[in-house]
Amino acid sequence: MSFIKTLINGEEGLFKSETLTPMQKMTLRFVVVGLIFFGFVVIEGMLMRLYEVKPLPFITEPQFFAILTAHPLVGIFGSTYSIVFGAFLFLVPFLMNKPLWSIKMGNWTFILITVGTLTFWLAGFISHYAPLYTLYWPLPADFTQFSVWGGTFFITGIALVMVGSAFFVINIFKTITYTPEGWDKQPAGALLASALGVTGFRNLFTKNKKEHLVPLPVAAVARGSVDVALNTAIILFTGVLILVYMIAAIFGHNLSHSAIDALLYKNWFWWGLDLVADGLVLIFVAGTWYLLATMISGKPLFMQNIARAALLVELVVSWTVWSHHLLSDQAQPAMLKVLSGEMVTAFELITQGLAFFIALATLWSARPLKMTNPLKFLLGGLMGFALAVPAGIMQADVGLNRILHNTQWVIGPHVHVAILVGLTMTLYSAIYILFPILTNGAKVYSQKLVNIHFWCHLIGGVGMGAFMGMAGLKGMMRRTLYINAEFNWQMILAAICGTLILIGFIAFFYNIVMSVGLNGVIGIFTPAKNKTKDLVPQA
Amino acid sequence: MVDSKMVLTGQTVAYTLYCIVIILLIIWFALRVTSAGKSAVKPAFFYTFVGFLTILGVSLHLITFNTIPWAAMDLNRSDYKPDKTFAITVKDHQFNLPSEKLIINVGDTVLFDVKSEDLTYGFGLFRGDNSMVFQMQVVPGHRNDILWHFDREGVYSIRSTEYSGPKGIFMIKKDVVQVLPAGSAK
Repeated sequence: MSFIKTLINGEEGLFKSETLTPMQKMTLRFVVVGLIFFGFVVIEGMLMRLYEVKPLPFITEPQFFAILTAHPLVGIFGSTYSIVFGAFLFLVPFLMNKPLWSIKMGNWTFILITVGTLTFWLAGFISHYAPLYTLYWPLPADFTQFSVWGGTFFITGIALVMVGSAFFVINIFKTITYTPEGWDKQPAGALLASALGVTGFRNLFTKNKKEHLVPLPVAAVARGSVDVALNTAIILFTGVLILVYMIAAIFGHNLSHSAIDALLYKNWFWWGLDLVADGLVLIFVAGTWYLLATMISGKPLFMQNIARAALLVELVVSWTVWSHHLLSDQAQPAMLKVLSGEMVTAFELITQGLAFFIALATLWSARPLKMTNPLKFLLGGLMGFALAVPAGIMQADVGLNRILHNTQWVIGPHVHVAILVGLTMTLYSAIYILFPILTNGAKVYSQKLVNIHFWCHLIGGVGMGAFMGMAGLKGMMRRTLYINAEFNWQMILAAICGTLILIGFIAFFYNIVMSVGLNGVIGIFTPAKNKTKDLVPQA
Repeated sequence: MVDSKMVLTGQTVAYTLYCIVIILLIIWFALRVTSAGKSAVKPAFFYTFVGFLTILGVSLHLITFNTIPWAAMDLNRSDYKPDKTFAITVKDHQFNLPSEKLIINVGDTVLFDVKSEDLTYGFGLFRGDNSMVFQMQVVPGHRNDILWHFDREGVYSIRSTEYSGPKGIFMIKKDVVQVLPAGSAK
């Protein structure tokens, strides 16, 4: 097949978008848009990497900080939420053997997240609204530095994403508990209890043990969705609070900033924000590892009951660890710093360590395995979290935080290695394993490009985190600029590693487009011809 | 006395060794899982691993609390009487110091009491090579104080360690903290 034909029709013309069910189309839309937003994030990241080496003449300082504000939000909401929500809206009904409760609501989740992300990204791009994702009070309402209109659109965009997230949570829980048309009445309460871990908890104290009604990965999705719901409520509430100040300013009234206690606000906001970083991400990732390990190995999960219990512990832990973000706040009570900031946070070493071990042991039970694409990316993802979680535990320490807080250490070896290597490589593993199911048997265009993507992403991600960490240990702060090239060699090496990630992403994106073809990509966004509620076409 | 440079050197060594072990473990696993061999994993191995993680998680904080000199002082700073106190205010992205230079004697325990009158800022002390001595957050409407024992001579700069908008990148007071030999400054 010629290059042009493959570009238009995909590898061997195998991908035919007209055969896709509405569910497949919805899921693929989430994935495609999520990957495009990931492209935004990689380009933004590279611009900032280069700027840290030498300020770029076409980017002003306010613009740099607007990019710094948009970068993590587009990465988490626009990219990760899209891919994860799309995958889970497909996988939960797939694993429960029943249709999704509402495809319409799933599509609304997709629209709201996409439009919301574009809205806040554009607001930041045009107005340079840049209070960072932390929104430390009263910075988001500091209209001497930021445009009130830019901020209003920015916060509205975030609010749209949150409404989309709320729709996702409703759809997931309704799918688990509802009774499809023509089915016998489903035990909604028992299903919910199983999904949330109440059944497993009761089983600990009773001889008459009840069976788990939902598969383990569905339990992980449900428990992670609890954190999505709580996080959504906190961010929405905070957004409304900020909007009150903005709307008042638009009408010429300047509300007093001191009406809101900055430390209380910081506690409140970090409690909600940490439900992403230390909550739903870890729970969703653990559940995805379990699912991938069982799908790749074809074996039951090692220590399944303990894995289930660990997911519940992780959920409870995620509600109580926020204070590790406030270890450098001297007004924060010492008791909260030690208990929430240090001790409970250390539990994440145990819960994530358990998930790491269980996933590896499950794979081990099926020796010898073939080194497939899902397996190699899964191993990359496992390694990423194994490197990043202890880095986080180290900084969540009263003594060490005094010299690590807000340094490049936090954002390098911890955040970027966790997200880029741990989370993203796990998502790539899921994409490779779901690719034939979602595309009705399309073939990947080039295995060489898969390998280039794998090695560039892995080496680039670990390397970038390492060099950022080295700069952090030498005193380089995050969220600022060093215009006199103070940490130049570390930033040059980090930029080279960032370039590797960019090359890897281009290889991946090109490979996917060549696999499904341009016609296929367009076809994903056209309405489905068949109106079935089935996940995949009936044979 | 152990200072931040020594603590960070120890951390660098420990974390680098850990990373090497993890990377080698994954390479070893990738090679072995793709070849034939025993595939059973004993539960005892799993429980030993859980025990190891528990000990590691708890011992990290116990070790740092007992070896990092500022940790205990920081948590109980109201129990200490500082030799000197510097009251500093921050407003409009400017540090307002009580004097042009903050002069400290070697051996002094100094309280930095920093108050923000508008935004959330940071307050950090940095050496000439840009490495950090310590930092804290400066939250408006709250007391932000840090107690530090200076056991060697040096010249330090103050820098905001929290983002407070694009104007915040210029919040640097170069070489304003001077630690002189004991008894040489009043």
